[in-house]
Amino acid sequence: MRIGIFVCHCGSNIEATVNTAAVAKKSLEYPDVVFATDTMYTCSEPGQDSIVEAIKEHQLDGVVVASCSPRMHEATFRRTVQRAGINPYMFEMANIREHVSWIGKDKDANTNKSAELVLLASEKLRNNRPLFPQQFDVTKRVLVIGGGVAGIQAALDCADGGIDVVMVEKTATIGGKMAKLDKTFPTIDCSSCVLSPKTVDVSQNEKITLHAYSEIESISGFVGNFTVKIRKKSTYVDWTLCTGCGSCIEKCPSKKNPDAFNEGIGTTTAINIPYPQAIPKKATIYADVCRKLRDGKCGVCAKVCPTGAIKYDMVDEIIEEQVGAVITATGYDQMDWTQLGEYGAGKLPDVVTGLQYERLLSASGPTEGHIKRPSDGLEPKSVVFIQCVGSRDKSIGRPYCSGFCCMYTAKQAILTKDHVPESQSYVFYMDIRAPGKMYDEFTRRAMEEYGTEYIRGRVSTIQPHIRPDGVVGYMVRGADTLLGQPVEIDADLVVLAVGVEGAQGAAQLAEKLRISYDQYGFFMESHPKLKPVETNTAGVYLAGVCQGVKDIPTSVSQGSAAAAKVMALFSKPKLQSDPQIAFVDIKRCIGCGKCITVCPYQAIKEVSFRGAPKAEVVGTVCQGCGLCNATCPQGAIQVAHFTDNQLLAEVNALCQF
Amino acid sequence: MEVIQLDKARNTNFLKEVEAESGQKLSTCYQCGNCTAGCPGGEFYDRQVSQIMRAAQLGLKEEALGNRSLWLCLACSTCSARCPNEIDVAGVMETLRSMARREGYVNDRPIESFWKAFLDMVSMNGRTFEAGVMADYMLRTGRGWSNLAMAPAALAKGKMPFFPHRIKGRKEVARIFKRYAEKRS
Repeated sequence: MRIGIFVCHCGSNIEATVNTAAVAKKSLEYPDVVFATDTMYTCSEPGQDSIVEAIKEHQLDGVVVASCSPRMHEATFRRTVQRAGINPYMFEMANIREHVSWIGKDKDANTNKSAELVLLASEKLRNNRPLFPQQFDVTKRVLVIGGGVAGIQAALDCADGGIDVVMVEKTATIGGKMAKLDKTFPTIDCSSCVLSPKTVDVSQNEKITLHAYSEIESISGFVGNFTVKIRKKSTYVDWTLCTGCGSCIEKCPSKKNPDAFNEGIGTTTAINIPYPQAIPKKATIYADVCRKLRDGKCGVCAKVCPTGAIKYDMVDEIIEEQVGAVITATGYDQMDWTQLGEYGAGKLPDVVTGLQYERLLSASGPTEGHIKRPSDGLEPKSVVFIQCVGSRDKSIGRPYCSGFCCMYTAKQAILTKDHVPESQSYVFYMDIRAPGKMYDEFTRRAMEEYGTEYIRGRVSTIQPHIRPDGVVGYMVRGADTLLGQPVEIDADLVVLAVGVEGAQGAAQLAEKLRISYDQYGFFMESHPKLKPVETNTAGVYLAGVCQGVKDIPTSVSQGSAAAAKVMALFSKPKLQSDPQIAFVDIKRCIGCGKCITVCPYQAIKEVSFRGAPKAEVVGTVCQGCGLCNATCPQGAIQVAHFTDNQLLAEVNALCQF
Repeated sequence: MEVIQLDKARNTNFLKEVEAESGQKLSTCYQCGNCTAGCPGGEFYDRQVSQIMRAAQLGLKEEALGNRSLWLCLACSTCSARCPNEIDVAGVMETLRSMARREGYVNDRPIESFWKAFLDMVSMNGRTFEAGVMADYMLRTGRGWSNLAMAPAALAKGKMPFFPHRIKGRKEVARIFKRYAEKRS
């Protein structure tokens, strides 16, 4: 074998603390090494060209580049050697930047360690074999999980691009959080008016199949070929018959149930359609509060339904869909603010969340757009908004900023003045974060044109008290840190800008999708800057707040971005699979089946070979994790490019003394 | 109000001392003001808790130690409970008080004298003795008569016995005080 070594300076990143020329010189002593040099920037075009030239000039059949992490440039150099006619897997990388120059200052020690890492890589390379990817077909359908504005945008864009879309929404209607908002910042246009053309498009687009009131049961397979089991939760109403006329809702006697769409403000019936523009506009019975389903007595809805759509004996149904890619757009939920005693722990009726206040402002809300406080229906004249409730608060494990609260609070203060001109709003804030287009101007308008008083400080306590006229007030005690004084405001209504976290059930969904998530339930993108839409599982993409806090325009953008990723994936006639996967030496395999039980991807199946059980790897499903390799008692199952022999060669290279 | 020459007035050693003695990291304070918002003594302060924290954060020794608020602080720890950054603000206040005493910054002698009187009685009797505290305080400050108006009500409620109630372990308590004094010196 003829190996060439290229030791990279990475500008001064490596060169400053590693003697790269010495590393190159030393490596010429290694077995099979016929050429070694150090280069300024190996990844640059001239750097890559020098590799190609050296391969031709010295008839190299293997290359080692000692530079940065393979996560950075392995793909780059594999293409380079391929350009020179060498199989891309006859290339190895020694990481002398992250593992050496960035972490140590002793130049001699660094140079020694670098030389050893190069030896390691070249010894492995001597055991490398050319590998070739397999090709497989792609199912050109996409699954969109979540019917909020991000998911809707992704679905519509994919459908526009000619891709069949399967959309799964947990609740009975699509629209997500945006459907609950009254107006949007910074334009104060009506949220549902902007959104409903899109939701209607979803329902009318023949490329989109919508499964509302459904959840993901399981997902198996791999990029291009996922099999999705969807649980269609029982609505007790045959949606093919339901016309959405609303007779059942009018007559339902169980009326005092908390209204989830209205965030618990106001009540609703046991059979209902969440809101007037719901898509699909079909009724759903909620079994836990339905008299017929709970106690067996009632059945009024079945009697009044003109189409006979009510089916009390309906059960959950599991359906299966084949898709080639998945876009998750599961959005967010508010953190449990009732753990915060200083804001009344959820026990004060007129301390509401920002989302609840949206419903109080909305014309389709429980108060038909008249601001009335929940306890006694009083129109508030003094409204206190508190920012950062459960955000930027390390003491409760929420150190992050929830991003959009500053803006929606300014909007709500403006709307409050519009609804009740004689009212006065106060905002307790720590910093105003308004970096978007026209955003800062908007918060200034809240102060300058609408007279909202911004008070820089947090609130320590909210004390209910009875005023001389018998009306309940809420004494909000905070600080004005600019004044350097404690302050108190006697409020009629208090609105909390509650921090957000990943949607409930996000973690469980991430497990099913095999994607990573953080401790707050947000899904992890593949790279924080350069791959914000991809996940580390091929074929699974992210859109909207499920990936991290963002407002509507950014969520919509990411929905479109995810759709573009799916279209790029589907534009190829066939996909190539990574050849770094497990393979079985059938002579050594004793058919014990241990590999089958440990495989997290169900990529190994049992086959019969001349009457004896043997393991067989399904190449396109295997992700090359190596669990089977570590488990196999016979060493019969190996991962290509990381075989026992290759790893032992590395160990031997290091431990010769 | 004067302009502070911030680069010159800063005393980073002071900041380090406060951090080391209190065990708190002051750079985590982002000045939300929740300590001030909840402070029951705030209305009597000449400098609010959050401002004292800011002064300490900047290393402004005079501002952090030479204020009356340190001596009005009740040590109720509401500030520590409310702090979103898990700073034991009351602990920092305690540190500043003890530094102020050590380095002669005490701004309110009578309050300091009251504390000393209280601790004298505890070390003598193992617990407080109100009449004794009063007498001790009068001697230390020479201005005890100012609180005399409260005496009849306190007497009537039995809050001011004429003889101390000594506890069983008062020698042990006295030893604690002695050990502390030895350690300090």
